[in-house]
Amino acid sequence: MGGVYLQMEDEIASMAALVGASLAGARSFTATSGPGFSLMQENLGLAIALEVPCVVVNIQRSGPSTGLATRPAQADLMQARWGTHGDHPAVALAPATVQDCYDLAVRAFDLADLLRQPVILLGDEVIAHARERVVVPESPEEDRGAGGRREPACPPEEYRPFAAGPDGVAPLAWFGSRYVFHVSSSMHDETGFPNARPDNAARVIARLHEKVARHAAELELYRIYQGEGARYLVVAYGASARAAQAAVAEARAAGIPAGLFVPLAVWPFPAGALRQVAAEAERVLVAEMSYGQLALEVERILHREVVGIHRYDGEMLTPEEVLKGLERGASRCW
Amino acid sequence: MLVTSARPYLVERNLPHFWCPGCGNGIILSAVARAFARLGWERTRTVVVTGIGCFGRADDYLNVNAVHGTHGRALAIATGIKAANPGLHVVALMGDGDCATIGGNHFLHACRRNLTITAVVANNLNYGMTGGQYSATTPAGSTTSTSPLGHAESGLDLCRVAAAAGAMYVARTTVYHVHLLDRYLEAALTHPGFSLVEVMSSCPVYFGRYNRLGGPVEMMERWRKVAVPLEKYGELPEPEREGRVAVGVFADHRGEPFEERYRRVQEAARGARAGEVSER
Ligand SMILES: Cc1ncc(C[n+]2csc(CCOP(=O)(O)OP(=O)(O)O)c2C)c(N)n1
Repeated sequence: MGGVYLQMEDEIASMAALVGASLAGARSFTATSGPGFSLMQENLGLAIALEVPCVVVNIQRSGPSTGLATRPAQADLMQARWGTHGDHPAVALAPATVQDCYDLAVRAFDLADLLRQPVILLGDEVIAHARERVVVPESPEEDRGAGGRREPACPPEEYRPFAAGPDGVAPLAWFGSRYVFHVSSSMHDETGFPNARPDNAARVIARLHEKVARHAAELELYRIYQGEGARYLVVAYGASARAAQAAVAEARAAGIPAGLFVPLAVWPFPAGALRQVAAEAERVLVAEMSYGQLALEVERILHREVVGIHRYDGEMLTPEEVLKGLERGASRCW
Repeated sequence: MLVTSARPYLVERNLPHFWCPGCGNGIILSAVARAFARLGWERTRTVVVTGIGCFGRADDYLNVNAVHGTHGRALAIATGIKAANPGLHVVALMGDGDCATIGGNHFLHACRRNLTITAVVANNLNYGMTGGQYSATTPAGSTTSTSPLGHAESGLDLCRVAAAAGAMYVARTTVYHVHLLDRYLEAALTHPGFSLVEVMSSCPVYFGRYNRLGGPVEMMERWRKVAVPLEKYGELPEPEREGRVAVGVFADHRGEPFEERYRRVQEAARGARAGEVSER
C-alpha cells in the first residue's frame, strides 16, 4: 500500500495537516464526526482560502456539543455550509446509500481537484454504519476518466498560483515540483503574496464563489422517486431519504400521489431541479433528523412554506413518521 | 559576502520589511536566509511554513515555497507536508504566541512525533502584532497590555519543554548572539528528526516599552547581559537565575525520525503481505 496515514493530536491539526499534504502533492482526506467537524472549521477556511483540494468526511451525530454521543442526526447541514468564518463557497455531497458512499467519495475527490476546493462528504450515522451491496467498477480510473488536479505547464518563473482560467480555477503545482510558489491565508493576489487592496479582495471573494457556480452542471446531483404526478413531494437526504422512500412507496400503494426528491449534492443545493419537480406539487414536506435546517433551505429555494417532519431525539426517522406526515398532508387537502 | 549569497533566497521586491525599528525579526530572517544559502538548499525542495503574527510574516520575504497558515497551526501544516513528501526541507517560522501559546499542543506533538522539521521561534515575550498582550513565554511579573498590573502566570521554558517532549535538537540563543544563531540554525536544519531554535528577540514597541527596558540599543545590550551559557546557568543559585536566560544546546540526540520509521513499517507490511500471497 502506498500513502500515509496520520492520526493527529486533534481535528484542528488533522485539517491543517491535510492542507499541507495536499500542497505537497498528495490526494488527501480526513474523517470525523460532530465535535471534530467543529474543530476543523478553522482550517477548512484555510483550505478554501488557499484553494487546496481535499476531502473532509463528516458523519453527522447528535449535538450540540457531545450531545447523545454517536446517535444519528442530520444537524450539521448549515455548519457544512457556513461553519467557517468569512464569505466562502461550500461543496458538500450527501450519500443516501452505501453505494453512494463509494460513488460520492470518488466524486468528492474529483470535484475537489476540479474546483481547487475542499469537498465535504456529509454522511450520517445510519448510512455510515449500514451494510449494503456495493458495486465497485473494475477499473474505476477509466470509468470516470479522472484527470486529478490541473497542473501548470508554463515556465516556472511565470507561474502564478492564483491566476485563474476562464472557469475561475487556477492550475495548482505542488511543493517539490519544478515550481516554487507561495500561498497565504491572508488576502492575496494572483502571485499568492498578500495584497490588501479592496479591489483585489472583492475580485478574489467573487471568484471563489463564481468558480463553484461555473461548475453548476457537475454539481447538480440528485435523485427523484415517483416524481411523475407527485402532488405531495417529500424532500429528504441521507438516512431520512431512505425512510422517505419507503413511505412514498406505501403512500403510492394507498393511492396517495407522493414523490421524493433526494439531493446528493446538498451544497450547492440542486435548486433548479427541485423547483421543477415542486412546481406540480400541492404540498412540499421536508423530512430530516434536525430541528429544521433542510426545511429552511427548501423554503428559501421554493419561496413557500413546507411541512416539516423533524426528529432530533437521537433516533432514526422512520417510514411510519414520514407516511403519517404524508397522510396528514393528503387528508388536509382532500 | 554571506549576505550577498543569501540574496537568491530573499524576495527583494518585498523589502524593506514591515517590522518596527529595533525589532529582532530582521536579524532572524536574514540568519535563516543565510543558512539556506550556506546549505545550498534547492528552492524547489524547500518549504517554509509560517503562522500568524509579526514574525509570521517572514515568508513574505523568503523566495522558497511557502505557506502562510493559521495562527498556531504552522507545525501541523508542516507535518502534513513532510509526511506526504519526506524529500522536502520543511521549516516552520513562528512567534512565541504562535508556537508556545495557541500552538502549544501542536508543538508538543511535533516534538514527540519527530518528523524532520525545524522550528524557528522568535520569542519576543509577547504578542507583537496585536498590541503586546502576554503570551505563554511572558515572565511572571512583567507588564503587558493584558497584564498592566503585573503578570500573574509563569512563563514557559520552550526549550526544556521541547527536550522533554522528545525533540532531537534544541538550542536557544538571542538576536545579539548572531554567530551562535548561525551555528545553531545550521545544526538544526541538518539534524534528522524534529529540531527547535528559540531566538530571544526584542520588541521595543510593546514589551520593551511596557517594561521600561529602553530603546532598541538598550534591549540589545540587555540580551548580551542576561544571556548565560546553559552549564553556568545550571550552577547559579535560584535567586540569581531571575531575569537571566539560559542559552546553549538543550538537546542533541540521534534517533530515527518519523518518516524513516514510517517507511520501515510500510516495508515490513508489504513484506508480510507478499509472504502471505506466496504461501497460498
Ligand atoms: C485564532 C486566532 N486568534 C487570534 C488571532 C489574532 N492574532 C494575530 S497575531 C497574534 C499574536 C501573535 O503573537 P506572536 O506569535 O508572539 O508573534 P509576534 O507578533 O510577536 O511576532 C494574534 C493573537 C488570529 N489571527 N487567529
